[in-house]
Amino acid sequence: MSEFRMPSLGADMEDGVLVEWLKQAGEAVSRGDIIAVVETQKGAIEIEIFEAGTIERLLVDPGTRVPVGAPLALVRGAGEPARPAVAEATPPMPKSEPAPAPAAPSRPVARPIEARPSEATRDRTSPAARQLAAVRGIALAGLVGTGPGGAIVRADVERALAKTGAPTPRRGIDPGEMRKAIAAAMARSNREIPHYYLTHQVDVTATLAWLEALNAGRQPPERLLLAPLLLKAVALTLRDFPEFNGHFVENAFRPSAEIHIGTAIAIRGGGLVAPAIHDANIKHLDELMAALRDLVARTRAGRLRSSELFDPTVTVSSLGDRGVDGLLGVIYPPQVALVGFGTPASRPWVVGDRIGPRMVMTASLAADHRASDGHRGALFLLAVARRLQEPEGL
Amino acid sequence: MSAAGMVQTTYREAVRAAIRAALKADERVFLMGEDVGRYGGCYAVSKGLLAEFGPERIRDTPLSEAAFVGAGIGAALGGMRPIVEIMTVNFSLLALDQIVNTAATLLHMSGGQFNVPVVIRMATGAGRQLAAQHSHSLEGWYAHVPGLKVLAPATLADARGMLATALEDPNPVIIFEHVMLYNMAGELTADAGAVPIDKAAVRRLGRDVTLIGYGGTLGKALEAATALAADGIEAEVVDLRTLRPLDTATIVASVARTRRAVVVDEGWRTGGLSAEISALIMEHAFWELDAPVGRVCTAEVPIPYPRHLEQAALPQPAAIVAAVRATLGR
Repeated sequence: MSEFRMPSLGADMEDGVLVEWLKQAGEAVSRGDIIAVVETQKGAIEIEIFEAGTIERLLVDPGTRVPVGAPLALVRGAGEPARPAVAEATPPMPKSEPAPAPAAPSRPVARPIEARPSEATRDRTSPAARQLAAVRGIALAGLVGTGPGGAIVRADVERALAKTGAPTPRRGIDPGEMRKAIAAAMARSNREIPHYYLTHQVDVTATLAWLEALNAGRQPPERLLLAPLLLKAVALTLRDFPEFNGHFVENAFRPSAEIHIGTAIAIRGGGLVAPAIHDANIKHLDELMAALRDLVARTRAGRLRSSELFDPTVTVSSLGDRGVDGLLGVIYPPQVALVGFGTPASRPWVVGDRIGPRMVMTASLAADHRASDGHRGALFLLAVARRLQEPEGL
Repeated sequence: MSAAGMVQTTYREAVRAAIRAALKADERVFLMGEDVGRYGGCYAVSKGLLAEFGPERIRDTPLSEAAFVGAGIGAALGGMRPIVEIMTVNFSLLALDQIVNTAATLLHMSGGQFNVPVVIRMATGAGRQLAAQHSHSLEGWYAHVPGLKVLAPATLADARGMLATALEDPNPVIIFEHVMLYNMAGELTADAGAVPIDKAAVRRLGRDVTLIGYGGTLGKALEAATALAADGIEAEVVDLRTLRPLDTATIVASVARTRRAVVVDEGWRTGGLSAEISALIMEHAFWELDAPVGRVCTAEVPIPYPRHLEQAALPQPAAIVAAVRATLGR
């Protein structure tokens, strides 16, 4: 028996509201199935499961706010015998208690998970209890303290299984909440990550010509944009530059074997997310294009999957064809690099010994100096540019 | 011999045995201090040594702490291994300049050329109705000073074993012997000898709270732990043994297990050793804690003469039990 827990859908996520169950107790699930929808600051996210088995029991009712890491359901592994109900070892979850509606119209993003209870309770939670609660994702609100002066101590947290929260109605993307999420992540990035920036101008005349020729024989729905080429060029280059692909956690950079490119997608009405296109280095350009179309559609509908939010190992931000010359990105922690592409524009350019009009695009790299140095960054950016200029190799 | 290899002894006899063994082992060792010779030491530690080793090696000194501690430092610089006895820590204030300004600093001031291998023993603590000028616990002051090692043997084995290790140290070591321990009786292995002086010791295991004591307060902490055990509260007892440098690892490991700590210190609370230990726990084990660190210290008064007031001023097992209960909320 294993616990299916509330996943972290970003460095800044502390909790989420379970909106609905898409699987019920007794139903079989396999790896990758979407089993629930969770409301976060980034909208409603479809939560995937990563093991096969049978849902033994749902632990949380829809409408419950659940901290990251807290169990949502019990999953019986394939081949594991069903457990008789009487032999239940896990005590039942406390029922969700309707809490009074928040008085303020919004709550702070960096709200500690125990910030709801009365002041007296908040002031009386031991460091050991806070630490355990944070690690295990257990909310301190509502726990009965048995320590000195009624303080919540570690033993109280050990006894607790989950927290209850105020039911929140399901909704789409809340621009205000998303703004706060972006603010928290970006502020953390600029606070913690020693960024360095490199830019390079790339002559993409041949690339665009290749793309135009390719699209000439295709119906509009099958046509490629420049974006999948950018993603593929970055993904292939990252194989030789592992120091830009991975996560910086617990004071150490951990490179990732997989290359999942977070793709910055702007949302109409403001805000953006950068969900992952998984294994971008082994996808064909057409597959990348399809993945991108799907991701954009679902992002704007507020229906992203959990793995897409917590998996990115690097971010690519492209301004498309209606932007400006270039951008210097803010790295999304715990990633260590963001590759930016400006809008290609016709520029006077020296080719051979003549000056002529060429389509020039500014590529940029914002990278974490804790994980890499500028020399390698420059080599990386040059390699990306070379790949872009040989689109038939992508 | 009460059991195979075990000897019935006292703390006083254990210290004397340590001094005698050191005198026999190394001819550079000698004992110097007020009344250590003919009188046998004000706490009778050196009784009999003058007859055994003669006035060259058991030297009575004039009543000038500054002079004879300074002489000890000079002898150490000259290649000897002096053991200097000061009657009580209260009197050591007269030699503070020699200890802090000279013994502790010479290695530094000479650019590493001159080390001072002196061992200074002194009695500390209250309980004998010796009033405010003979009863204080100022070992925390010495533990403040870089360049010194500060030891506080609380057991027979440490009384017997710390001196030899201290004499091997190339730099000044101060040993504090609590006046109430000299009569403590017990068994010691016949071959007891040198012990390490860089580690605290867990004297009793427990899961609910860590009591941290040393010297004269170790026994009281153990007594409190016994009383608490009767109520189902299991206290772990850490004996600091060495007050400088503190064995942070042992303290932190114990507190990480029990999540609560009460420091028992016969020094005063304000600016004292207990404050240092509490701060160490905050720095190294804050996230392990389930309760604020408790302290049981001597009342902030000069130690009173009348017995009932003296006892009321000192840390007592009942106060330790109460402090433990406060950290547990029961």
